[in-house]
Amino acid sequence: MANNTRRALSFRKLWARMHFFPGRLDGISFAQQPDFPGEADIAVSSAGGPLPTLLDLEVSAGARKAALPVRVLKEVREDPRWLFSIVLAVLVGVAIFAPWVAPYDPLAYHPAIAAQPPTLAHPFGTDSLGRDQLSRVIYGTRISLSVGVLSILIGGSIGTLFGLIGGYFKGWVDQIFTIIVDALLAFPSLILALAIAASLGTSIANLVIALAVVRIPIYARLARGQVLQLQGLDYVSAARASGTRTRKILFNHVLPNITSPLLVQATISISFAILDESVLSYLGLGSQPPTPEWGTMINEAQTYLFTDPWMMLGPALAIVVTVLSLNLFGDALRDRLDPRSWTGLSIRTRQ
Amino acid sequence: MTTFVARRLLFMLPVALLVSFVTFMLIHLVPGDPARVLLGEEATPQSVAALRQQLGLDRPLGVQYGLWLWQAIHGNLGESIQLQQPVIQAIWQRLPVTIELGVASLIFSVALAVPLGVMAATNPNGRLDWLVNVTSLLGTAIPSFVLGLLLILVFAVFIRIFPPGGYVPFSEDPLGNLRDLVLPAVALGVGAVAVNLRQVRTSMLEVLHEDYIRTAWAKGLRPRQVNYRHALRNALMPLLTIVGLQVGAILAGTFVIETIFLWPGIGALTIQSIFSKDYPVVQGVVLLAALSYMAVNLFVDIGYRVLDPRVSYGK
Repeated sequence: MANNTRRALSFRKLWARMHFFPGRLDGISFAQQPDFPGEADIAVSSAGGPLPTLLDLEVSAGARKAALPVRVLKEVREDPRWLFSIVLAVLVGVAIFAPWVAPYDPLAYHPAIAAQPPTLAHPFGTDSLGRDQLSRVIYGTRISLSVGVLSILIGGSIGTLFGLIGGYFKGWVDQIFTIIVDALLAFPSLILALAIAASLGTSIANLVIALAVVRIPIYARLARGQVLQLQGLDYVSAARASGTRTRKILFNHVLPNITSPLLVQATISISFAILDESVLSYLGLGSQPPTPEWGTMINEAQTYLFTDPWMMLGPALAIVVTVLSLNLFGDALRDRLDPRSWTGLSIRTRQ
Repeated sequence: MTTFVARRLLFMLPVALLVSFVTFMLIHLVPGDPARVLLGEEATPQSVAALRQQLGLDRPLGVQYGLWLWQAIHGNLGESIQLQQPVIQAIWQRLPVTIELGVASLIFSVALAVPLGVMAATNPNGRLDWLVNVTSLLGTAIPSFVLGLLLILVFAVFIRIFPPGGYVPFSEDPLGNLRDLVLPAVALGVGAVAVNLRQVRTSMLEVLHEDYIRTAWAKGLRPRQVNYRHALRNALMPLLTIVGLQVGAILAGTFVIETIFLWPGIGALTIQSIFSKDYPVVQGVVLLAALSYMAVNLFVDIGYRVLDPRVSYGK
C-alpha cells in the first residue's frame, strides 16, 4: 500500500506540472503546501516558476534517480494496461494522417474487384462497389474519434459548468440544475440521442449535438459532487473572504482541482460516445453513405452477411479495438489518479 | 416508508414535467416547418395548413404544450400519421414483443453474471477469473448490432440451429417463439452480462473482506454457505441499482436488435417511424420510455430500502 501511495504521489507531481496551476497539487491537503494559495501566490508563481512544495522537496531529495524511459518501462510492467495508450496513439495518428496512411482512395469505385475476400492487396477485402475496406476503415477513424472527442468536449463542458454553478451557489440555483440533470437522466441516453438526431436531421454535426446532450448529466453530477467536497476547504473560503470574484474562484481555484476525475470520466465516456455513434450511424441516423464510417459500413456489409460475411470484419474490428483500448486506458488512468477506487485486475484476497 | 415514497413522487413531479416538455419540443427541433417536412416538398399549401391545424402547430407554443400534455395525461398521445391509428394503440399492440425480449435478456444477463461473478470472486486470479475479466472487457466493447450479426452468422448460417430472425407469438407456437427468442436475447443481453459480471465480482470481493464473513468462516460454515448465503446476499444489493439502470440500455438496445432480427416490437416501430417522419409515434415512444425508466428506478430505490434497512435517504 505504501508503494502504491508513493507512485500515486509521483504521478500527481507530474500532473501538477501540466496543470494550469503550477505548484498546486490536487487531492493533497493544503497543509502540506507552504502557503495559502491565493491571489498573491499566482503572482509569485507566474513570476518565478512553480512554487516548491514539500512534496517537490521530498522527491528531489530522494526519488529523482531513474531516467524517464526507465520509469515509464517500470510503469508499463506494473500495469500493462498502459500499453493501450500506444494503440490509442496509433489510432489518433491514423486519423490525422489518413490520406497518407490509407493505401487507396476510400471513395473510388472499382467494379472489377467488387466484394473480394481479404487479400494481401486488400487486407479487409473490398466492398460491394470494389472500394478498399482498409482505406475506408482508416478514414472512418477520423469520424469516430472526432465525433467521440467533440461530443464529450461539448457535453462535458456544459455538464461541468452546470455542476460548478449548482454546487457552488446551492439553493434554488442548484435545484433548477438538479431538475434539468434529473430530467436528462430520466431518458435512456441512447433513446434521447436517437430522438434528437432524428429530429435535427441526419448529419455528423447533429450527431455530435445529440451525443453531447446525453453526456451532460454525468459531468454535471460529477462536478457538483466534487465542488461540494471542495467548498468546505479553507482555500476556497479564503479566496471568497479576500473578495475574489466568483467567476475567478470557480475557474481558477475550484475547476483546476476537480480536473482529474473529469478527465478519467472523459476517457471512459469517449468510448461510450463512439459506441453510440456507431449504433446511430448503423441505424442510418448519423453520417450518410458514401462517407466511410464504421457503423454505416457494417450496415452496408449486412446485406452481404450470408454470402460475404468478411465484409464487416474491418469496421467491426475497428470499433472493438478502439472501444476496448479506451476502456482499458481509462481504467488504468482512474486507478492511477484515484487509487482508492480501483477495481483492477489483480485484487489481493483473503488467503 | 410512506413518507419516503410520497416525497420521492413529489420530487419526480417537476422532473416528469420537464421530461414531457423535452419530448414535446422534439418535433420543434425539426428544421423548418414540421408540417411541410411531414408532407414532403410537393404538398399543396392547403394540405400543409390543414396538417398544421391538425397538429395544432398554428397555435402559440405554450398553448400547444398545454394541450399536448393534457391529452397525454389522459392517455392520448396523438394519431400516427403512417399507421392511421392512435399512437397509444400502436405502442400497446407491440408492447408484449418488446417486453418479452427485454425481460429475457435481463434474466439471461443476471442468471449468467451472478454464478460466474461469485466463482470468479471466490477464486481470484484463477483461470475462471481471467476468463470472466476478458469476457466482461469484450462484452462492453462489442456493439450489440455487431454481436447480433455475428450470432446470425454462426448460429443461423454456419450451424443452422436458430432462425436468422423473425417472430412467432407465444400463443401461436410456444416452442417456435422460444427458438426465435434465443439469438436476439443473447445479443441484447451480453453487454449487460459484462457489466453485471464486473459488478458481482467487485462487490463480492468487497463483502468477502467484511468481519461477518470471517465470523461465518470461524463458525465452521461450509464455503457454499458462506459464499452464497452470507456474502452473496449483501453483494447483490448494488446489482439491483445496476440492473435498474440497465433497463434503459436494454430498452434502447431493443431498437437495434428488433431491427436486426425483424421483431415487430416498439423498437422496430420507432425506427420505422423515424424514417417515415411519423413524429407523434417517436414522441410517444420517447415519453413512455422515459416515464417507465423513471418508474423502474423509483421501484429500485424503494426495493433497496425494503431489502436493506440500513439505507436511509436524506434527513
